[in-house]
Amino acid sequence: MEWYLPVIWAGLIGTAVAMYVILDGFDLGIGILFPFARNETQRDQMMRSIAPFWDGNETWLVLGGGGLWVAFPMAYAIIMPALYLPVIVMLLALVFRGVAFEFRTVSDSKVWWNFAFTFGSLLAAFSQGVILGGLIQGIKVENGQFAGGHLDWATPFALLCGAALVCGYALLGATFLIMKTEGEVAERARGQAKILLLGVLAFMAVVSLYTPYAFERIATRWFSLPNFYYLWPVPLVTALVSYLLWRWLGTERDSLPFVATIVLFLLGYLGLVISSYPYLVPPSLTVWDTAAAPASQIFMLIGTVFLLPIILGYVVFVYWLFRGKVREGEAYH
Amino acid sequence: MEFDPVLLARVQFAFTIAFHIIFPSFTIGLSAYIATLGVMWLRTGEVRYHRLMRFWTKIFAVSFAMGVVSGIVLSYQFGTNWSRFSLVAGNVVGPLIGYEVLTAFFLEATFLGVLLFGFNRVPPGVYVLSAAIVAIGTATSAFWILSANSWMQTPAGHEMRDGIAYPADWLTIVFNPSFPYRFAHMLNAAYLTTGFVVLAVGARYLIQGKHIQDARTMMRMGLWLMAILAPLQLFIGDQHGLNTLQHQPIKIAAIEAHWDGSKPGALVLFAWPDEKAEKNLYEIAIPHGASLILRHDPNGLFPGLTSVPPQDRPPVPNVFFGFRIMVGIGFYMIAAALFGCFLWWRGTLFETRWYLRIVSWTWWSGFVAVIAGWVVTESGRQPWLVQGILRTADAISPVPAASLLGTLALFVVCYGIVFSMGIYYINRIINKGPEGRVIEQPEGLPSRPLTAAEGAAREAMGKGG
Repeated sequence: MEWYLPVIWAGLIGTAVAMYVILDGFDLGIGILFPFARNETQRDQMMRSIAPFWDGNETWLVLGGGGLWVAFPMAYAIIMPALYLPVIVMLLALVFRGVAFEFRTVSDSKVWWNFAFTFGSLLAAFSQGVILGGLIQGIKVENGQFAGGHLDWATPFALLCGAALVCGYALLGATFLIMKTEGEVAERARGQAKILLLGVLAFMAVVSLYTPYAFERIATRWFSLPNFYYLWPVPLVTALVSYLLWRWLGTERDSLPFVATIVLFLLGYLGLVISSYPYLVPPSLTVWDTAAAPASQIFMLIGTVFLLPIILGYVVFVYWLFRGKVREGEAYH
Repeated sequence: MEFDPVLLARVQFAFTIAFHIIFPSFTIGLSAYIATLGVMWLRTGEVRYHRLMRFWTKIFAVSFAMGVVSGIVLSYQFGTNWSRFSLVAGNVVGPLIGYEVLTAFFLEATFLGVLLFGFNRVPPGVYVLSAAIVAIGTATSAFWILSANSWMQTPAGHEMRDGIAYPADWLTIVFNPSFPYRFAHMLNAAYLTTGFVVLAVGARYLIQGKHIQDARTMMRMGLWLMAILAPLQLFIGDQHGLNTLQHQPIKIAAIEAHWDGSKPGALVLFAWPDEKAEKNLYEIAIPHGASLILRHDPNGLFPGLTSVPPQDRPPVPNVFFGFRIMVGIGFYMIAAALFGCFLWWRGTLFETRWYLRIVSWTWWSGFVAVIAGWVVTESGRQPWLVQGILRTADAISPVPAASLLGTLALFVVCYGIVFSMGIYYINRIINKGPEGRVIEQPEGLPSRPLTAAEGAAREAMGKGG
C-alpha cells in the first residue's frame, strides 16, 4: 500500500477538524456566553457578529465526518458506535441551536429561543469535548470492530474534556467578541476572557499531566529520548502565547487576543496529535490500519484537491466581506 | 419489553432519511423551475417572471436549509447505525457519498450565495446563470446519492476480498446496472413533485382571488411540465421495473404479491398479502396482468416469492402497498395534468373551481409518492443491505437497543419541531404571495441558505428589517 496516501488524508481530515474547531468554536462559544449579556439588544449584537458565518462554519463538520468515512472507513465504523450517544446528542444539539438562530429573531417570545440557543451550543460543545476525550483515552477494539460497552466513553476524563472544550470555545467566543463588537459587549468579553483563559490553562495543565500519567503510550511519546528534545518547545510556546494573550487582554488590542486564542487552540491540537499519532483509533489502530483502499483514497483525492482551494478561497472572501465591528443597537441586517 | 436493535436502527434511519428526502426532492425541482423562470425573464423581459423567480427563491431558501440540517445528521448515521456497512462497503460507497458532500459544499459556498443574495450585486445574466448552476448542482448531488444507492441494489465493478468490497472499476461502480433507471426516475419525480406544488399554489391563489396574473403563469407552466413529465414517469417507471426484474426478481415478486412462480402473474389491484400463509387475502386482480406488463406475454413467467426461503424475502406488505400508493398517485398526477390541459384548451381552466380546489388540496402528492417509492425500493431490497453482499442484520453497529430507542425519541421530537416551523414559515411566505417584499440584506452578502431562510422567515413574520 502506498504509505503516504493515509498520511495525506489524515492531514486533510485533521485540517478540516481544525477548521471546524476554530470556526464553529467561536460561534458556539458566543452561544455559551449568551446568558451573560445584559439585555436583548446586546444579545442581538452578539448574534449579529456571527450571523453571516456560523452555518458555513458548521459545514466543516460534514467534511470531517464524510472525509473520515471515505478515507478511513474502519476508524469511522469503530468511532461512531463507540461514541454513539455523544455523537447523536451533538448532532441534535447543533440542529436545535441552528433552528434557534433562525427563529429567535422572528419569534415574539425570545426567551425560549435564547434558552435553546445557549443550551444547544453548550451541549454541542460539551459533547464534542467528550468525543475528543473518548478518543484520546482509547477505544476497545477486537477483530477490527468496536468491542466495548456503550457507556465506555463516560469516564471522568472524558467529562473533563467536555468541560474543557466548553471553556475553550467560550474563550474563542469572548475574544471574537472583543475583535468584532464595540461597547459594553466587548468590554464584558474582555473580563470574561481573562477568567476563561485561566480556566483553559488549568484544563490544559490537567490534561497534559493526566494523560502521560494514565496512558503509557503518551508518556513514552513525550518523555522518551530523543523525542523530548524536539517536543519541549511545545509547552514553552504555549506558555508564551498564554502570557501574550493575558497581556493583550489588558491593553486595547482588539484582534490580537483572538489570534492568540487560535494559536493556543492549534498548540493544544498539536499536542493531542503528538500524543496520538499515528493512531487514529488509540490505542490499537493507526491511520494505515484503518485506511480505505488506495484506489478509493486516490479517487476522492482528485475531487478534493480541486475543490478544497475554491472552498477555502470562498471562506476567506466571506470573512473579508464582513470585516469591521458590529455596534450595539444597529438594526438587524 | 425487549426491542430488536436491528429494527430500531432501521426505524431510526428510515425516519431521518425519509425526513431528509422531502427537501431534496423539492429543491432539485424548484431550483430548475427558478432557473427556467430566470431564462424566461431574460428572454421576454417580463416582470412577472422575475417576480415569481424571487418569490420561489425565498421558499427554496427555507427548504434548502432544512435539507442541509437533516443531511448533516445522515453523514454521521452511516457510522452510528450501520458501522459494518460503513466498513464493508466504505471503499466503494464512501467516495460516492464523498463526492456528493463536495458538490453540495461547493455549491453552497459559491453559486447559492449569488442566487440568494446577489440579485442587486451582479448583472441579470450572471444571476440567472447562478440559478442554472444551482439547478445543475442539486441534480449532481442526486446523481452521486443515487449512484451510491443503486450500487447497494445492483453492486458492480467491485471485488470482494475477506468480506470487504474493493473498487475495481469506478466507471462500472458509478454506472451500475440499476443506476440510470433509478436516477431518471428520481430526477423526474423531483421535477414532478415541484411541478405539482407550483400548480397547487397557483390554484390556491385563483380560488382566493389573489395574485391572479402570477397564479395563471404558475398554472400554465406547471401544467405544461406535468403533461409531459407525468406520462413520461409512467414509461421510466416501467423500464425501471423491467430492470429490477432482471436484477432483483424477488423485489418484483413482492411488488406484485406474486407467490407462485410456476403460474403467470396476475395484476393484483388490491389484496392483503399474508406472509405466513404465502398467499393473498381479499384479492382483486386482473389475471395474467402482471405477466403481460413484465414479460409482454400473458402467459410469461417470472419468479414468485416462494422461490426463495422466507428469510430471504422482503417484508411484502411494505413493498406491495408502497408500490400501490406510488403508482396510484402517479396516475392521479397524469389525470390531473391531462384534464387540466383539456380545461386550458376549452378556455375554462381558471374558472373551474372544483378542479382548482382538488389540485390545491393535493399539493403533497409528489412528496408522498417519493416516500412511498423509496419504501418500495429499500424495503424490497431486504433482507439485504447491499444486495447479495451484506445482510441488514449483519450491517448493524454494536449499539444497544436502549440507546437507539432513546435517540429515536429525541430525533422525533427535534425533527417534529424543525419540520413544523419550516412548514409554518413556507406557508406564511406563500400566503404573503409573490407581490410581497423580497429578501433584502443591506449589509452585504451573507452567503448561506440558513441565513437566507432567516431572512425569508423574518419577512414572513412581517418583521422586515
